[in-house]
Amino acid sequence: MTNRFRTASGGRIDRAAPLSFRFDGQTFSGFKGDTLASALIANGVHLVGRSFKYHRPRGFLSAGSDEPNALVNVARDAARAAPNLRATQVELYEGLKAQSQNRWPSLSFDAGAVNDLAAPFLPAGFYYKTFMWPAGAWKRFYEPKIRAMAGLGVAPDLPDPDRYTQNHAHCDVLVVGAGPAGLAAALAAAESGAKVILCDEQAELGGSLLSETTATIEGKPAADWLAATLATLTARDNVTLMPRTTAFGYFPHNHIALAERVTEHLAAPGPDLPRERLWEVRAKEVVIAAGALERPLVFPDNDRPGVLLADSARTYANRYGTKVGERAVIFTACDAGYRAALDLKAAGVSIAAIADLRAEVSGELPSRALAAGIDVRPSTVLVGTKGRLRVASAQLAKVTKGAVGPAETIACDSVLMSGGFTPSVHLFSQSRGKLVWDGAAGAYLPGTSVERERSAGACRGVNGLQRVLEDGYAQGEAAALAARTYTSPARGATPAPAAPSRSIPASAEDLGTDGFIGATPHGRNPAFTKAFVDWQNDVTAKDLKLATREGMRSIEHVKRYTTTGMATDQGKTSNMNALGIVSEALDTPVPKIGLTTFRPPFTPTTFGLFAGAARGDVFDPVRKTAIHDWAAEHGAAFEDVGNWKRAHYFPRAGEDMHAAVARECKAVRASVGMFDASTLGKIEVVGPDAAEFMNRMYTNAWAKLEPGRLRYGVMLREDGFVMDDGVVGRMAADRFHVTTTTGGAPRVLAHMEDYLQTEWPDLDVWLTSTTEQWSVIAVQGPKAREVIAPLIEGIDLSKEAFPHMSVREGTILGVPTRLFSVSFTGELGFEINVPSAYGRAVWEAVYAAGERFGITPYGTETMHVLRAEKGYIIVGQETDGTATPDDVNLGWAVGKAKKDFVGKRSLLRESMSAPDRRQLVGLKTTDPKIVLEEGAQIVADPAAPVPVPMLGFVTSSYHSAVLGRSIALAMVKGGRARIGTKLMVPMPTHAIEVEVVEPVFYDPKGERLNG
Amino acid sequence: MQKFSGFELFRRALGGHKSWQPQWRNPEPKAEYDVVIVGAGGHGLAAAYYLAKEHGITNVAVIERGWLGGGNTGRNTTIVRSNYLFDESAALYEHAVKLWEGLSQDINYNVMYSARGVLMLAHNHHDEISFKRHVHANRLNGVDNEWLTAEQVKEFCPPLNIKSMRYPIIGGALQRRGGTARHDAVAWGFARAADSRGVDIIQNCEVTGIRRGPSGAVEGVETSRGFIRAKKVGVSAAGHTSVVMAMAGLRMPLESFPLQALVSEPVKPAFPTVVMSNTIHAYISQSDKGEMVIGAGTDAYTSYSQRGALHITAHTLDAICELVPQFRRLRMLRNWGGIVDVTPDRSPIIAKTPVPGLYVNCGWGTGGFKATPGSGHVFAHTIAKDAPHAINAPFTLERFRDGFLIDEAAAAAVAH
Ligand SMILES: Cc1cc2nc3c(=O)[nH]c(=O)nc-3n(C[C@H](O)[C@H](O)[C@H](O)COP(=O)(O)OP(=O)(O)OC[C@H]3O[C@@H](n4cnc5c(N)ncnc54)[C@H](O)[C@@H]3O)c2cc1C
Repeated sequence: MTNRFRTASGGRIDRAAPLSFRFDGQTFSGFKGDTLASALIANGVHLVGRSFKYHRPRGFLSAGSDEPNALVNVARDAARAAPNLRATQVELYEGLKAQSQNRWPSLSFDAGAVNDLAAPFLPAGFYYKTFMWPAGAWKRFYEPKIRAMAGLGVAPDLPDPDRYTQNHAHCDVLVVGAGPAGLAAALAAAESGAKVILCDEQAELGGSLLSETTATIEGKPAADWLAATLATLTARDNVTLMPRTTAFGYFPHNHIALAERVTEHLAAPGPDLPRERLWEVRAKEVVIAAGALERPLVFPDNDRPGVLLADSARTYANRYGTKVGERAVIFTACDAGYRAALDLKAAGVSIAAIADLRAEVSGELPSRALAAGIDVRPSTVLVGTKGRLRVASAQLAKVTKGAVGPAETIACDSVLMSGGFTPSVHLFSQSRGKLVWDGAAGAYLPGTSVERERSAGACRGVNGLQRVLEDGYAQGEAAALAARTYTSPARGATPAPAAPSRSIPASAEDLGTDGFIGATPHGRNPAFTKAFVDWQNDVTAKDLKLATREGMRSIEHVKRYTTTGMATDQGKTSNMNALGIVSEALDTPVPKIGLTTFRPPFTPTTFGLFAGAARGDVFDPVRKTAIHDWAAEHGAAFEDVGNWKRAHYFPRAGEDMHAAVARECKAVRASVGMFDASTLGKIEVVGPDAAEFMNRMYTNAWAKLEPGRLRYGVMLREDGFVMDDGVVGRMAADRFHVTTTTGGAPRVLAHMEDYLQTEWPDLDVWLTSTTEQWSVIAVQGPKAREVIAPLIEGIDLSKEAFPHMSVREGTILGVPTRLFSVSFTGELGFEINVPSAYGRAVWEAVYAAGERFGITPYGTETMHVLRAEKGYIIVGQETDGTATPDDVNLGWAVGKAKKDFVGKRSLLRESMSAPDRRQLVGLKTTDPKIVLEEGAQIVADPAAPVPVPMLGFVTSSYHSAVLGRSIALAMVKGGRARIGTKLMVPMPTHAIEVEVVEPVFYDPKGERLNG
Repeated sequence: MQKFSGFELFRRALGGHKSWQPQWRNPEPKAEYDVVIVGAGGHGLAAAYYLAKEHGITNVAVIERGWLGGGNTGRNTTIVRSNYLFDESAALYEHAVKLWEGLSQDINYNVMYSARGVLMLAHNHHDEISFKRHVHANRLNGVDNEWLTAEQVKEFCPPLNIKSMRYPIIGGALQRRGGTARHDAVAWGFARAADSRGVDIIQNCEVTGIRRGPSGAVEGVETSRGFIRAKKVGVSAAGHTSVVMAMAGLRMPLESFPLQALVSEPVKPAFPTVVMSNTIHAYISQSDKGEMVIGAGTDAYTSYSQRGALHITAHTLDAICELVPQFRRLRMLRNWGGIVDVTPDRSPIIAKTPVPGLYVNCGWGTGGFKATPGSGHVFAHTIAKDAPHAINAPFTLERFRDGFLIDEAAAAAVAH
C-alpha cells in the first residue's frame, strides 16, 4: 500500500528508511520515526478500535500518551503479546504486528455494536438498577455475559520470557519532561554543575518543539536549537538523558519511579537487553516540566473515526509528515485550532471551515487564517457529525444569544477540535502538592509544594515559547541552587517560582489562554444525543447529568457512577470537561466541586517492571547450610522452612518417606543419629547488662545461671502468649549464646532490638545475629558420646564434668567449638557448634567416626517424630499465638519471683488461667494404626447439631516406629483434667475415637537423657 | 424510593431517563437526632439502614466528613468470605455472608455479589496444617471450606502456576460461597435504602468533638456544621476511629496503617476466582470490568497518609507474577491506599464503650468489607438495645484488658 496521506516532504521521519508492518493481518508500509498511529494514518486508516461499552467505531484522538481509543495488541510472538498498547506510542519497526481489540468478528463489522442501538437502556450505572431478578441469576447468567462484553484486550496466556531490571539512581536535579521548559531547566541546572537526569516518555527528546516548523529560538529554527541543546547536554558528563522513560510515580521524600522502555522499539532486540528498566531515583530537587494536554470539545457524535484533537493533527503533519485527511472541519475554542488549520493547510489538507465557539475572533492566528482564505465562523458550534466508520460530514450551527440556529452540513473526512490546554499536574498532585484553581487560566495549577519540587512551563500555566524557555531556565537554576544548599528533606517547603534570570529570545505563535470546559451547546434533545466526555469508557455528557440528577454531587461519586476518567488514560482527556459539565449541572463553580485524586502510575506500567528479576529461584533468597550439599549428595529430600532448604529425610533405595523416617527414628533410639540444626536462629547477647536484658526478654530467671550452663528459654509477646523458644548458653557473665526457632530468628532479633532501643536504652547490651556464623551438628542417641569423644579436644566429656544442659568451649579436629550437651530427642545428645566454614568438614568427620555405630543422618521429619514422642513442643505448631506457657506445660519455665518480663502483666489476667483454656495433651487413637490428621478438631459428641461445640484440635500427629503405634499432640480445653478420658475426632465421613493421655509417650522419666 | 428494575429502566429510557430522582437526599442537619452515626462508610450506612428497618429508629443521621463511601469502603478489593477459624469470628462473618446472598434484593440495588470462590494457597506444611484446621473447624460450624490438592487447585483456577516456582503450591483451601461484590454499590445501595426510610446522610460534615454531659454520658457531636444533639452516637470511622474516640476521652487499642491495592488495565476474562497467598503476600481477582484487582498486606509503618511505599507494590507484583507468570506483560493502571485500623488480635470491636451512649464499630483492619451487612446489622442492634447481639457479644473493647482475645491473625496469619 502506498502512503497516500504523506506530505510531500518534511517531518522527522526518515523517508529513506521504509518499514513494513501488519495491522489486523493486512500489510502496510511506513517510515522509521513513525508511530504505529502515524503510519496507519499515512495509509488512510483511522478505524482502529471499538469502544468499551457501546462498541462504537473509534479512531485516533491524539498523538500521545493521552490516547483513549487506539489501543492495540502488539505481539512479537505468542509469549510476547501485550494488550492495550496505545498505537500513538508504539514505535514502528520492521515486521511489527498489531491487532485491534474488543471486536468480533471484525473491526469493521462488530456484533457488539448492538449495544449502541440498546444504548438508551444502558445509561450510566444501569447495572446497579437491574439484573437482580431472579436472585442468583447475577452470578450464573448476567455477570458472565457482562464480563465477556467488558475488558479491552486479551491477556497473554504464556509466561513472559522477557527480562526486566531494576536500578537506583541519585541526582541533584531530576527534570521530568524534555520539552522547551525541561530542556532549558536541564541546561541551567547542568551549567551550574548539578548532576542532572532528564527523562521524557517519548522516543525523541524535544516535546512540543518536535512539532514546530516555523518557531525560532535564539535566532535559530527550533529544530536546530533543539539539536544544539541536546548536543550540549549530551556532551556534559553531569547530565543523563533518558528518552522513552516515563516518570510514573512520585513517592515520599523525592523518590521518583521511572519506567524506561529499552527494546520495545527494536525490530530484533538483543537477548542481552531487558525489555524495560525500573529506575528508582532519589533526587535532591525535582523540576516537573510535563507540559499541557489538549482538551477535546464535547459535542454530539464527537467520537467518529477522523475526529481528532487539533494539535495532534498538527503533530501528525509537522512531526510525522502525515495528513489526517484531505478535508478538515475545525471546531475550536482557542487559537490552537487556527494554528493547526494553518499548518495542515500548508501540508496540503484543505480546511473546509473553522467553527469558533468564541464570538470575538481576533489576534494574529485568526487573522492569518482569514488572510489564507479559510472560512472562519465565530459563535459557531458543531452539533453533530455523520459517517459510519469514518466521519463524512459535520453539522455546523450558529449560536446567537445562547440559542443554536439551524445546522449546515459540510462534507469532510476529518474534524479537528481544540478546547484549550490542561496543565499536566499529575506528578505534582501525586507528590501531594496542593492544586489551586486559577480562574484566569481556567485551570488547576500547582500551589503549595510538599516535596522538594517545582514546576516549570506549561504544566504550571506558563505559555508562549519564550516565557516557557525562560521559566524553565529559571526553575532549573533555582533547583540546582537548592540542591547545593540541600540539608535534609524539608516538609512543606514551597519555593516561590524563580523569576526569569536569563533572556532566551524566541518566536512562535502565541496561543493565549482561551479555552472551554464542559459540553458545547447543540440545541438537540440531549436525551438522544451522544456527546462523549470519556471516549474509552463511553461516558457522555448526558450520563454525567443523569448522575447529578440521581444525587451524585461529589465529583468522586460522578466519576465512579459513570466511570468517567477511569479508563486506561486515567481521564487525561476527560476529567476537566467532566468537571465543567458537573459544575453546570449542579450550578456550582468548578473550584467548589473539587478534583478527583491523581493516582500513580502516570501511564499504565508493566507488572514485570515491578517484579524485576524476582521469579523462580530468585523470587526469594534460598538459604542453604554448609552441610546442604553433603545432604544432597546423600540423597536427602528437602523441604522449605522459611527461606531455608532443610533436609527432610534421607531415603535409601526403595524407601518412601515413612520407611525412611521409621528407620531414622529407630537408629537414633537404638544407637546414634546426626542432624543438621544449623538453621536455628542464633543471637549473641553481650554486655554488662546482658543478664538483666535476658531476664526482661524471657520468662526464665537468668541471673543465677552459671557460665557453662544451658537453659531452655521461653519468650512471650506483650500479650502473654508464647512467641519463641530456644536453648540459651551462658558463655560468660556478660555473654549469652541464644538460639531461636528457625523461622523466628528475624522476628526475635527485631523484638529484642525494639525493646532495647525504645524501652531500655539504658541497658548496656549488644545484639548480633550469628545464625550464619555457626554450623550446628546435633549428634543424638545412646552412642553419641562415644562418637564424638575421639574428635574433641580440651573438653572433659564425662557425665560428671559435662552434665546434660551444659556448654563448653574447646576444639574439634582443631576447629574451635561451642559444644552443647542438649537433646531435642530425649536421648543423650550433643550439639556441636563450629564456624560455618568448617561445618561440612566437621560433619564428615563425625559421620566417619560414627560409622562403626551405624550413625544415621536424619532430617526434620524424624526430628519432629522424636520430639513428639517426648512431648516437646514446636512453637508455631503446638502454639498458635494463643497459648500461654502454662497451656503448653511450660509453666515451670516462668520465673515466678521475677519482678518483670515481657508478657508478665498479661499473664496475670483472669482469662489466662481460666479452667477451660486449651492445654497440651497427648492423644492415642483407640485403633493404633490410625494416624490423625493434623488440624483435625476434637469434640465430645460428633453427632451434636451444627455448630458442633469444639474442644480442641490436633497439633502434631505421626506414626511412631519405636512405639509401634500412632501418637498425637493436641490442644484441648481443660485438657489436663481430661487425661484418661475418651474424645472423638470427627472427619467428614466418620469420627475417630481417641484417649487423652500425658503428652510424653516415650521414656517419661527422662532417664535416657544422661546416657 | 423509586424502584430499580429492568422494567423501570426500560420505562424511563423512553423518557430519556429524565424522571430518575436522587438516590439520596442532601439534607441540612437537624438540631437533634435519636442516633448519630459517625462515618458514612459501608458499615455506618448499613447500621443506619438496619436501625431503621429492624428497630424502627428512623430519626438517624449519618455524618461523613467527605463523600459517602469514600473511605476504605470505596478503596477496598472486596473479597468476601467467612471461613474464619474461631467460633466467634465464623459466626460473625457467616452472618454477613448470609446477608450478602440476598442483599441486592433486600435493598433493591445490584451490589453484584458474585460467589466466584475464594481460594487460599498453601505453600508449605505449616500452611497445610493451618488450612486443614480451618476446614475442620468450619465444617463443624456449618461454614463451607474445603481442602484442595495442588492438582485440584490447578483445575479450579487454570491460570495459576503451581510448580515452577520458588515456593510451589501444595494445596489450598477453597470457600465456594466466597467471592466479591461491587464496593460503591454497597455504599450507595445502603445509603439509598437508609435515606428512603428517613435517615439523613450528611456529607462534607466533619465530626470535630463529642460532647459529654455532667454524668459523662454522650450529649451529641460537634461538627464542622455545628453541634448536633444525640443521646446515642455510634462511631464507624475505620482508620480514623482513634481520632474520633479520643474526642470522648477514650484511648483505643488500635494502630492505623496504610494498605495499598492496585488494578491492571482491563482485559477479557482471564482469571476465574479470587486467589490469596498469604505466604508470598498477594491476592488477585478480576473485576467485572476486566481489571485484575490486586493487593497484599499493610505497609510496615503507622500512618494516616492514604498511600504507601513503592517496594510494597513491587513485592506484591513479584508474587503475582510468580503465581501467574503470563500476567507479567499486563500493566498497572491505578495504585492507591487506604488507612486501616488494626487491633492487637486482628478482630474487630463492635461494642458499647465506657462512655454511656457511645458505641463503636472498628478494628476491621484489612478485612472488614466482607462483614459490612453483618456488622451493620449487629451494630444497629447494639445501639438500639444498648446491649450487644449474641453474635457481637464477644467482640468487646474490654477483651484487650481481660485477655479474651479472638486471635485470627495468630491462628492463621491470613488477611482480608
Ligand atoms: C486497599 C484496601 C483493600 C481492602 N481489601 C479488603 C478486602 O478485599 N476484603 C475485605 O473484607 N476488606 C478489605 N479492606 C478493608 C475494608 O475496606 C474495611 O474494613 C471496610 O471497608 C471498613 O468499612 P467502614 O465503613 O468501617 O470504613 P470506611 O469506609 O473507611 O468509612 C469510615 C468513614 O468515616 C469517615 N470519617 C472518619 N472520621 C470522621 C469524622 N471525624 N467525621 C466524619 N466522618 C469521619 C471517613 O471519611 C469514612 O468515610 C480493604 C481495605 C483497603 C484500604
